[in-house]
Amino acid sequence: MSDTLSKIEKRTAYTLLLPAVFLVFSIILFPIFANIWISFKEVSLKDIRIPEPRAKKIVKSISENTSELKIIYKLRNSSLIQKISDVEFKDKLPSNVIPVDLDSRCEFKSKIIKCQFGEWKAKYRENFEVLIKDENNNEIDKEVIKSQKPSLSGKADNILLTTNFTLKNFKKVFYENDFLDLLLTTFYFTFFGTIGAIFFGILAAQLVNQNFYGRSFMRSILLFPYVGPVVALAYTWTLLLDPNSGTFNALMVNFNIFDEPINLLGQKYMVMNIFGFELKLRLALTTVIFFEIWRYFPLAFLFILARLQAVPKDLYEAAEVDGAGPLKKFVHITLPQITAIISILFMIRFIWNFNKFEDIFLLTGGASGTRTLPINVYQQGFAISDIGMGSAVSIVIVLLLIIFMFIYFKLIGRKANEI
Amino acid sequence: MKFKSLSIYLLTSSIFLLCLLSILKIMSTLQGIDFTNLNISQNFILGICLSLGLLVVGNKLNHFIKIFSFTSVFTIFYLYINESAPIWYYISVFIVILFFSHKVKNYNLNYLKEDFVSEKIIFDFITLFGIIFFAFVILFPFYIMLVTSFKTQIALLVNPLDFSLDFKKDLSDLFKSYFVIFDTYNFGRYILISSFVSIGTVIITLMFAIPAAYAVARLNFFGKTFLSSSILIIYMFPAIVLVIPLYTVFSQLGLRNSVVGLLIVYTATTLPVAIYMLQGYFKSIPKEIEDAGIMDGHSWFGIILKIIIPLSLPAIASVALYVFMIAWNEFLFSLMFLDNPKSFTLSRAIQYLTGDAETPRQYLMAGSVIVTLPVLVIFIYFEKYLVSGLTAGSVKG
Repeated sequence: MSDTLSKIEKRTAYTLLLPAVFLVFSIILFPIFANIWISFKEVSLKDIRIPEPRAKKIVKSISENTSELKIIYKLRNSSLIQKISDVEFKDKLPSNVIPVDLDSRCEFKSKIIKCQFGEWKAKYRENFEVLIKDENNNEIDKEVIKSQKPSLSGKADNILLTTNFTLKNFKKVFYENDFLDLLLTTFYFTFFGTIGAIFFGILAAQLVNQNFYGRSFMRSILLFPYVGPVVALAYTWTLLLDPNSGTFNALMVNFNIFDEPINLLGQKYMVMNIFGFELKLRLALTTVIFFEIWRYFPLAFLFILARLQAVPKDLYEAAEVDGAGPLKKFVHITLPQITAIISILFMIRFIWNFNKFEDIFLLTGGASGTRTLPINVYQQGFAISDIGMGSAVSIVIVLLLIIFMFIYFKLIGRKANEI
Repeated sequence: MKFKSLSIYLLTSSIFLLCLLSILKIMSTLQGIDFTNLNISQNFILGICLSLGLLVVGNKLNHFIKIFSFTSVFTIFYLYINESAPIWYYISVFIVILFFSHKVKNYNLNYLKEDFVSEKIIFDFITLFGIIFFAFVILFPFYIMLVTSFKTQIALLVNPLDFSLDFKKDLSDLFKSYFVIFDTYNFGRYILISSFVSIGTVIITLMFAIPAAYAVARLNFFGKTFLSSSILIIYMFPAIVLVIPLYTVFSQLGLRNSVVGLLIVYTATTLPVAIYMLQGYFKSIPKEIEDAGIMDGHSWFGIILKIIIPLSLPAIASVALYVFMIAWNEFLFSLMFLDNPKSFTLSRAIQYLTGDAETPRQYLMAGSVIVTLPVLVIFIYFEKYLVSGLTAGSVKG
């Protein structure tokens, strides 16, 4: 009895799960594996269209005799690189209209012209002509003939499904792509973006955890950058920081803080002279990191605030009785209470900043030294239209990601569940 | 000891006042007043004098008399040191100094003798300063976004610092950018598409996620632990590694450039987190209530529909709002999939506008306001629900 019940339970569970699992599998897991496949192929953006036979129909009169017409089909292979085999052509004529001297590749049966064209090479073109006449010598309506569209079919290899593989893409990724610089930029961006966001998150949480007028209002405001759409915020920042007529530069020049406008998003390096040392700061990258911090510190704030509110108040009271000042209270009570959440946040934010695409793309498009791995996927795959290469870079990202996740779950996965 | 705390008090308080006055000055510059000097050193000294005066007087005077007299005197000093400006600027200076004097009311000579007083002073002023700093840094870009949409390109090129709005003008003149982006750039259509995609994503995600979450939370089946632990791992894979295969496959299936394609992708990418959030909540519903439902002869479907859903409306609301926000703000897939202006979402449309360098910036900002406003309104209105969604979904962002 219970056996059948558990069987029913199992069956119900699978039915309930099936749609979701199927969708997630086909849209998330399948592409991750498909990347591996594509990364070993030489494919460019224009190759991914499956070649198909096409025909354009032109109808002409040949003499004053309106009962005879000529149809010209401009046939072609849509692909410039791949052949199509077993091309079959079909077109329908109105009743009483028959073809004259039909091409040997074709036959006419029950009002339908059917042709077997065999194999078309890449770029194949042919003007295929058919003479038609009305059996009763009535006038043929040109428009009727024109409105009937021919149908074509053929077999073509899908370039994505062929089995010739190459290691070229990976060689290019590691040797011709300035890979070290790419990796360093990504880590620089990820690390400082994460640290900065957590730092400001702690600061903001510490503030909001105190009592002051307008506290809940402040809490909502602090989340604005995270909630707002990235497109709008990124363009507002670009506008603000624009060197020609941006508000930020205009203010700085107005108050004589800058001598001249600085292109914060378009200048790769800024040379600073500190105590006689020449320091090269990656300016555009730093600006992008600041945007990143501005946009994502709210998340760190939210988590740390939730943790701070759970710290028992009597801990602080006890510390006060023992004669501890604010600094000591922060170092000895607050910090130990939030280290766990900070380490989790660090790992999560690290993984997510590592994959960040939109923010950098919208601010600089990857120019002036802000080219990170995700930006490179886009550049390779869509700007240079080398899909294979883009996939290879994606594979590098996925591999690094798996390493990070492994570290994350080894180090703090269990802790994360406890909190 | 007393000297140390005194100097720390003077230093921090006057830096704080200086920051307040500088922010006021910057904001006034943006209203078209011609300031060219922040007068840092003079105003700093002014701040030291003010703090010292307030400290020395301490509690000897009535609080209100004290702050009003000090504020009046120092506003006049400030007038004398700084450039001339319209009367409303001086009123704002007066209010700022009043606020400052009120804030330092606790400080007097006796207070400086207490334990850890320098630390306390620093913490107090960091708190005060932090609140103003964060509010300023966060709201400033939003302010610029909003105000730019009411200006014209020419006015901004002539004076990039003048954001003052002329309310004497016609309202239709003020809102001209909004009319233009609706008329010429078809934003009405994009709003419809964006809403359709976002709301559609929410509905389909919930339809798929609620049964799946119920199965994970309640039923026993082979592979349950594996499934529930892999949900979050799947969620952690970023869109950028999915985009090339999806682009190729969707191109071949003819799903690119269509709203349906976007709906499928958005649903799939938000499903894991929706299931994760919902199953957590479903587990907290007492099992006895369901047993009663089974006794009444309900099927699984009936139990979900009649018992689980009504009991977990708050969780469903936060999932729905969170998914809506993700779909509304999504950019990467709409950039890759849509290249026909007929099927653009709002985000994609704004990005398309920037592709043309000739597009005046006020149109761009008007578009940005239109895409930002609904999210912020929803956020403020449903903050409680959205915050719990954000916290649960925060492994991604």
